[in-house]
Amino acid sequence: MALTVPAHQSRYGPPPAGRGDPAAGPDHKEWHVAVDADGAVTAAPGSASLDRQAGSRVETIQLLTPEGERLEHPEYPLELSTDDVKGLYRDLVLVRRIDTEAIALQRQGELGIWASLLGQEAAQVGSGRALGPRDMAFPTYREHGVAWCRGVDPIKLLELYRGVSHGGWDPAEHNFHIYTIVIGAQTLHATGYAMGIQRDGLVGEDGEAVIVYFGDGATSQGDVNEAFVFASVFNAPVVFFCQNNQWAISEPLERQSRVPLYQRASGFGFPGIRVDGNDVFACLAVTRKAMQAAREGQGPTLIEAFTYRMGAHTTTDDPTRYRLATELEAWKLKDPIERVKAYLVRTGAADAAFFEAIEAESAEVGRTVRQGCLSMPDPQPLAIFENIYSEPNALLDAEREQFAAYLDTFEAEEVAR
Amino acid sequence: MTVLTLSKALNEGLRKSLEADPKVLIMGEDVGKLGGVFRVTDGLQKDFGESRVVDTPLAESGIVGTAIGLALRGYRPVCEIQFDGFVFPAFDQIVSQLAKQRLRSLGHVKMPVVIRIPCGGGIGAVEHHSESPEVYFVHAAGLRVVACSGPADAFTMIQQSIASDDPVIFFEPKRRYWDKAEVDTAADLSGAVPLTSARTVAEGSDVTVVSYGPLVRTCLEAAVAAREDGRSLDVIDLRSLSPLDMGSVVASVRKTGRCVVVHEAPVTAGLGAEIAARVTEECFYHLEAPVMRVGGFSTPYPPSRLEEYYLPDLDRVLDAVDRVSAF
Repeated sequence: MALTVPAHQSRYGPPPAGRGDPAAGPDHKEWHVAVDADGAVTAAPGSASLDRQAGSRVETIQLLTPEGERLEHPEYPLELSTDDVKGLYRDLVLVRRIDTEAIALQRQGELGIWASLLGQEAAQVGSGRALGPRDMAFPTYREHGVAWCRGVDPIKLLELYRGVSHGGWDPAEHNFHIYTIVIGAQTLHATGYAMGIQRDGLVGEDGEAVIVYFGDGATSQGDVNEAFVFASVFNAPVVFFCQNNQWAISEPLERQSRVPLYQRASGFGFPGIRVDGNDVFACLAVTRKAMQAAREGQGPTLIEAFTYRMGAHTTTDDPTRYRLATELEAWKLKDPIERVKAYLVRTGAADAAFFEAIEAESAEVGRTVRQGCLSMPDPQPLAIFENIYSEPNALLDAEREQFAAYLDTFEAEEVAR
Repeated sequence: MTVLTLSKALNEGLRKSLEADPKVLIMGEDVGKLGGVFRVTDGLQKDFGESRVVDTPLAESGIVGTAIGLALRGYRPVCEIQFDGFVFPAFDQIVSQLAKQRLRSLGHVKMPVVIRIPCGGGIGAVEHHSESPEVYFVHAAGLRVVACSGPADAFTMIQQSIASDDPVIFFEPKRRYWDKAEVDTAADLSGAVPLTSARTVAEGSDVTVVSYGPLVRTCLEAAVAAREDGRSLDVIDLRSLSPLDMGSVVASVRKTGRCVVVHEAPVTAGLGAEIAARVTEECFYHLEAPVMRVGGFSTPYPPSRLEEYYLPDLDRVLDAVDRVSAF
């Protein structure tokens, strides 16, 4: 699936009306919401173009249409058994269920906040399932689907959002780093980790690679651009996986970029590619290829997974203040789960019993997540002082001692009563 | 024993660490062929190769951020920030990422990263090349902060810092890079003063003078001058700024009853303020005078034609000694 973006001006021509106005008018947003049912996103005539280079094409890799029709792409052949497809479907359904449960838990006061992945399941599961066990992944705080693929217990994810820890899993156990909340900071960690792989001599045959997740908003961060530079000049085995979910809280993509994000890569000297982020097959195939290239020593790739944040930024957010309901309705037609279901039904690969079984498992996962959250103990107060340094620290030890003695005075009072 | 400049002592310490552990890396701007703008890494790339002594792109956040990734992969990066005023682009990576990886992972992750920062003024430089930003890092739990003052300490402290599994911000007094002293380059670390310990560099009984980094030498000169006035100064080189070795300071102040803290950084909310508060808490009945601070003014660092007025010197230290002695 490809589309041609209408050229509306020369590269160095005057900006379109309103472009230079810091308070851009409503036309400024038009292309952003112009979505075709087949997943194409079109720049509306007269508005900011997706691609300012006259006559160039924006190709989005798609292997499964929203209607569940399988497409072939010569550069991304993908062999999937029926069980593989069923496995991906199961992943998609279960991570959405975990997400739904977490939102409910937040609404009931059991979590302080939750960052929903609703709508981004295919981008996360497709890329997550493209990783080998020795590959390393660096997430943002929304990569619950990737965490699932890496085998991280969903309850561990809730710890952070419940305020029990700042993360707490062992990154080496799952080759999945702790969530990073500062936008884009982890892209540098991933690049450095990839530079370590190079120094370990593990680029080439039987090599290892790194994938790092970030969003459209993060592409404006200095750290992300510095990561691009470092990865490029050192040819580091890292794949930059940008989930362009169209919104950085309330700011639309056009506040971050005047060019399609994947095209940024060319300025840094490595390939960029856009994939239909709601197509789990395409995300799998494109990520697999980029990871393999990185492992073999071909350096970094930027993947822009074109998707949509169907929910709020987090549970504290109110998207009705900044975007139209029609936009969500348009994207609902491209739901990442429905198209796999349609494919399974259309090809006769799965029957009603399969879907019922997945639903039952999903309900069970939901119950487990809920129970795990409710039964999670609060940390002890003195845990504040733990895991700051590897070696004893006299000042911290003294503070801990004083605070413990202070707490004991309350216990003594309780006993006295 | 060999007589070395502070710069060369650091170079020898780095060399020893590179030899001892293949996981040790050096990274920064101009650290390779050039050997660093102060030549601290001179010759190391030639001897250890470009993958271990890495000329990085010109991006401080990138240097520290990738160092974090390398540490996660098992390496022990030593980053050079070319000048004190250039550390701020890396501030988030240092205080929000480097300092907190361990806590964030509940102790699963260690962060053996050293960030070397030439600091302080006195070399007639332009803006951003003469600052003393140590307190920003002292305030960030999870970091260790140290400052060397002379060649012998520089040689051991850099090796101890590299051996630490916690991140260390390592301040080097740039105007003392060319100070010379004897260094035992054959000594291993087993007999060295622990990195967390202060050191008494002049014994005295009348006034405790606490300092670190570039002004330790100034305080030693003050001790010599004060002796002519019949006053003996107990001069403590803190060495470790986080954690502070308050035991050494408190023991001295309980002996002298008077305390002056000297640093180049602005006094407002500086390390002197912290030390004064702690000394007041722990030595209240021993104090004969309020704790005094000698430091930079609460202004930006001035143009270099004015830095001799801004920087604490021998006379300002002695003036403070006079004032605490007058009580």
